[in-house]
Amino acid sequence: MSAILSIRDLRKTYDGGFEALKGVTLDIEKGEILALLGPNGAGKTTLISMVCGITTISDGQVTVDGHDIQAEFRAARSLIGLVPQEIALQPFETVLNTVRFSRGLFGKSRDDAHIERVLRKLSLWDKKDTQITALSGGMKRRVLIAKALSHEPRVLFLDEPTAGVDVELRRDMWGMVADLKADGVTIILTTHYIEEAEAIADRVGVINKGELLLVQDKDTLMAQMGKKQIEVQLAETLNAIPPVLSDFGLRLGAGGNSLIYTYDTKGERTGITGLLNAVSNAGLTLRDVQTRQSSLEDIFVDLVAGGTA
Amino acid sequence: MNLTAVWAIYKFEMQRFFRTLLQSFLSPVLSTSLYFVVFGAAIGSRIQEVEGVSYGAFIVPGLVMLSVITQAISNASFGIYFPKFTGTIYELLSAPVNFLEIVMGYVGAAATKALFIGIVILLTATFFIDLQVAHPVAMVVFLLLTCLSFALLGFIIGIWAGNFEQLQLVPLLIVTPLIFLGGSFYSISMLPPVWQTVTLFNPVVYLISGFRWSFFGLADVPIGWSLLAIAGFTALCIAVIWWIFKTGWRIRS
Ligand SMILES: Nc1ncnc2c1ncn2[C@@H]1O[C@H](COP(=O)(O)OP(=O)(O)OP(=O)(O)O)[C@@H](O)[C@H]1O
Ligand SMILES: [Mg+2]
Repeated sequence: MSAILSIRDLRKTYDGGFEALKGVTLDIEKGEILALLGPNGAGKTTLISMVCGITTISDGQVTVDGHDIQAEFRAARSLIGLVPQEIALQPFETVLNTVRFSRGLFGKSRDDAHIERVLRKLSLWDKKDTQITALSGGMKRRVLIAKALSHEPRVLFLDEPTAGVDVELRRDMWGMVADLKADGVTIILTTHYIEEAEAIADRVGVINKGELLLVQDKDTLMAQMGKKQIEVQLAETLNAIPPVLSDFGLRLGAGGNSLIYTYDTKGERTGITGLLNAVSNAGLTLRDVQTRQSSLEDIFVDLVAGGTA
Repeated sequence: MNLTAVWAIYKFEMQRFFRTLLQSFLSPVLSTSLYFVVFGAAIGSRIQEVEGVSYGAFIVPGLVMLSVITQAISNASFGIYFPKFTGTIYELLSAPVNFLEIVMGYVGAAATKALFIGIVILLTATFFIDLQVAHPVAMVVFLLLTCLSFALLGFIIGIWAGNFEQLQLVPLLIVTPLIFLGGSFYSISMLPPVWQTVTLFNPVVYLISGFRWSFFGLADVPIGWSLLAIAGFTALCIAVIWWIFKTGWRIRS
């Protein structure tokens, strides 16, 4: 496996001395979709801006398909498309002009068929001669996407592409991301919607206070999420798990008066009935039973809270 | 060299100009006509000739310079300030282009617009006076270099400006006085000796003098100095812009 985007110990200290990124190292494989999660001010946009050449790099190295983004900026940047977080468009231009301009700026020769395909895919074709000022917010965001796709990037950064976008458009966007992935485009997106990461990402990265806390396969995370916990509260206080219950892989709760059992909701048999029978057979008295499901959100909240402590 | 990108920027900028072509055309025609009416008719009736040239003809080079310089600065400064203001500069910064290509696109378009205005003024002037050009090649070179160098200056102003007021500030406080005091409407020899010396510190004097020489063969300062001044000014602007992009001053955080 070869990484199309390789980030090594990337750091950013802004002019005021604020350290927004504290050494991020990350490899992204060709054709994968990485979702970056993190609270406001975590450094997501800073990371993207540095890779795209908008913000200067304080320290570290980034290569795109083997091209260093500073030494070989032309080769590196021509592979990258960026949809920024903030909507930024020249107000009095038409949609078509704006999108054509982007293609030219990236050194690609004129290709009306490609531009038409992109605009149609984003449902903007009938707005092609409309001035930007006459578009709705969601349409403007789609124009930004069209601009980024106009020059056929191999790596696409989407900085909160679905912020302020209606449900239907969000679904469309997810579909578009899937199509791009099918074409072999690598996508890095940031989002505050965890279900979005669940829906489209291959891997999930969590960033907080300028540090990458975790990067993991979404399926691995999902497997953790697929796990449920049941806490059996007892009238008795135990020092250890009774030998008769050793087959269940139990954990003793804090205080010793509960047993924690983890099971897979996707498994054919949860083993709950067996456990409860075994508990009463062991002569223990049930006081209460509670279940818990860990979600990506829990994992995220735990991680971010852990970073604060 | 990413010429496709240069062309894309140039075309994009020129399209804005062509959308407002009538406006772009009318205002120089109108203002030139007004200058002829006010300066040519009112003052010209008292000053018939300056060094053997009719006053109406004498002011033409200054008039052209005045408009060309103002237009080159305002077009170029606005051209690059606007993307900063709207945030679309992100695209320029993330594109596979270097500073030279960005400058070529924006400054090239601004200089073209200024050149267009200059030509319109010259043509308008021929309706009022009989205009002769003694050194056509020198005239074109001066005109082109002026368009180019002041578009470069405008580009720097556009990068420097943090708001629309600052965008107007330099042209208003520095450039316009320098042009008016640079001998646009009079010959330096008409000034008292002290002011003749002071005036020599005004760079615009060299431009207007050289440009006027290309029309009438008469100059306030030697033509070589004029050429040197404009070439030096162009080089200075390019050096400043090179530094801006190297350091990312006011564009990259
Ligand atoms: N130009 C700048 N100068 C100084 N500090 C900055 C600058 N840009 C961003 N920061 C700071 O860097 C930190 C990270 O900002 P960044 O925009 O990368 O966050 P983010 O993860 O994208 O947040 P959000 O989810 O709100 O978009 C913030 O604390 C922010 O205040
Ligand atoms: Mg952000």
